[in-house]
Amino acid sequence: MLINRNDPEIGKRILQELTGLAEKAACELGRPPVLMEICGTHTVAISRSGIRSLLKDFLVLKSGPGCPVCVTDQSDIDRIILLSRQPGVVIATFGDMLRVPGTDSSLEQERARQAKVEIFYSPLEAVDFAEKYPGEQVVFLGIGFETTTPAIALSIRQARKQGLPNYSVFSVHKVVPPVMSVLLNDPELGVDGFILPGHVCTITGRKAFDFISADYNKPAVIAGFESVDVLEAICLLLKQIIQRQARTVNGYARLVQEEGNKKAREIMNQVFSPADVCWRGFGIVEGSGLKINQDYVDYDASLRFPVETDAVSPQSNFGCACGDVLKGKINPGDCPLFAKRCTPLWPVGPCMVSSEGACAAYYQYELS
Amino acid sequence: MQDKYDIVLLSHGDGGLLTHRLLEKYFLPFFKNEILESLTDAACFLVQPGRMAVTTDSFVVDPIFFPGGDLGKLAVCGTVNDLAVSGAKPSYLAASFILEEGFALSELERIIESMSLACKEADVQIITGDTKVVGRGQADKVYITTTGIGYVLPETNLAYFRIKPGDAVLVNGPLGEHGLAIMLQRESLGLENQVFSDCAPLNKIIEPLIKRFQGIKFMRDLTRGGLATTAKEIALASGMDIWFDETSLPVGKTVKGIAELLGLDPLYLANEGKFLTIVEAREAESVLSYLKNDCDAKEACIIGEIRPGRGDVCLKTALGGIRKLNMLAGAPLPRIC
Repeated sequence: MLINRNDPEIGKRILQELTGLAEKAACELGRPPVLMEICGTHTVAISRSGIRSLLKDFLVLKSGPGCPVCVTDQSDIDRIILLSRQPGVVIATFGDMLRVPGTDSSLEQERARQAKVEIFYSPLEAVDFAEKYPGEQVVFLGIGFETTTPAIALSIRQARKQGLPNYSVFSVHKVVPPVMSVLLNDPELGVDGFILPGHVCTITGRKAFDFISADYNKPAVIAGFESVDVLEAICLLLKQIIQRQARTVNGYARLVQEEGNKKAREIMNQVFSPADVCWRGFGIVEGSGLKINQDYVDYDASLRFPVETDAVSPQSNFGCACGDVLKGKINPGDCPLFAKRCTPLWPVGPCMVSSEGACAAYYQYELS
Repeated sequence: MQDKYDIVLLSHGDGGLLTHRLLEKYFLPFFKNEILESLTDAACFLVQPGRMAVTTDSFVVDPIFFPGGDLGKLAVCGTVNDLAVSGAKPSYLAASFILEEGFALSELERIIESMSLACKEADVQIITGDTKVVGRGQADKVYITTTGIGYVLPETNLAYFRIKPGDAVLVNGPLGEHGLAIMLQRESLGLENQVFSDCAPLNKIIEPLIKRFQGIKFMRDLTRGGLATTAKEIALASGMDIWFDETSLPVGKTVKGIAELLGLDPLYLANEGKFLTIVEAREAESVLSYLKNDCDAKEACIIGEIRPGRGDVCLKTALGGIRKLNMLAGAPLPRIC
């Protein structure tokens, strides 16, 4: 029988069970269990539904590196700003990127000066735009995880099919599993279980995250985004902790399959190849990025418009602790700038401005 | 005489024959009233004793036509509603138009006709106005500024300082429709015409409420920034906390579904036909019943209460958790994933 994944009555029943499980898990561990949600959409869902406030006496919910805007390195943001200043270039982007601060500007500020920045909901719309305005060079900002990459790959194939010489993609795409390995190898990581991103797993499949339990002996549960989904995932993690088990469980079986979406991955792999890229707060993570491969090199904006920057990390620049927030080392409220020098209106780091950012979610929804 | 032109020319704004023709053909037939037709430099009218209220607002919405309304209707309703929630009876409007060279005169006519219909619905008159034309690319089709004048009802007693713990918070219907309708139309997501703007004049609902219920302490229309931003402004100005119950907040199923899909929060989306009322607790049920039965605001509801505090807005979630509501920071934008 299908249940309403947003039904508060079902949620309340799970909550009751969950508090008992958390107490047992705390007995097992000798301290309150610490769980980490990897996905920014989960972070927002947890804050918005009040789950963090409801569970704060029983367990700790930390936020991980699951917002694609937040993990984009400062130098990449600065390159995007420089790209927007190139004559004839129209930056095509999802809305999240508009207000993300670079070292000395943002796309919003550049647009107010003279840059052309267009917001699209789908990369295929940007291809249509390029066709409509042949005199403009449309550069789509390819920022996102496995969830958004297939659509961007599709847009490149479509541009080739239409023979458009004025469409290209600036790819700073990232994939999630490699950065999970970096987290898991961190000796300071005090996390007892992971809530895995449902959208990403729809593409990758459950098996792609099996290594978390198999290699690192940590329980992990793939979760959907309704409140009941998240609560169920927490229950499944606590049960594993109590039983001293470690499995990677698919808690989002209505959309996620063992092998994921092979067709979407095929499209991705036709256009992109793995690359070593820099993550904000993590540094270079081997094989964690996607660069446009040789067959589609004509559509690589980084080659069509080579721009260089000498940006330094915002951590050393402004005292921003986004990197530590993304690694779960501190909570957003522990950053000395949080809600003081750094607010959604005047963000110092991307975690405060992205709609999926942990700092923005805490600022917007959590009681201080 | 057959009009030779179907688009706005710079000459339509030079004060000469074409300007005269524009007024004669497009504005005066729709805005017909004695004061306007005198065509003097200033509109002269009688006033009655008591306090008057004046407000002004500029309307620059893109697109100018959207499901449930258009720029013209918005320009009338927005100003009428600002007067209404201040406890005034709107009477007269002044309307100023900035037209872009090349703008289709047929579209201008649609907008003027729509303004005239909204004026009739709100029972107000446009008694003076102005038109200017700017070069192509120097404006986006048409901008309208409306200034409204009204008489403050003798029964009006609205003030932040009257807001006290225990007061109830009411809203007259579902939230987020205007903001989402505009966004869907603007961004061509293939979901156009799924959501209609709630754009409507509110004075005919608000006036009887103010005359009837002394327990009404404060009112505000829920425009840009939506319920959350307005509530935060009221909380800060009154020094009280406002507590909402998520299960009581009226959000239509379609708005909720599409907003979730796009990562938007309906509590931050604009409305153009909704207002928030703060009422003394003992009168709250009577106000609600009056709204539902006599004002045809069938989906009006009590959504929260005032508590002692320091200017916070809190939302009790359906799960029983608590989350904070802050002012909107920047325009609501859809998320990446």
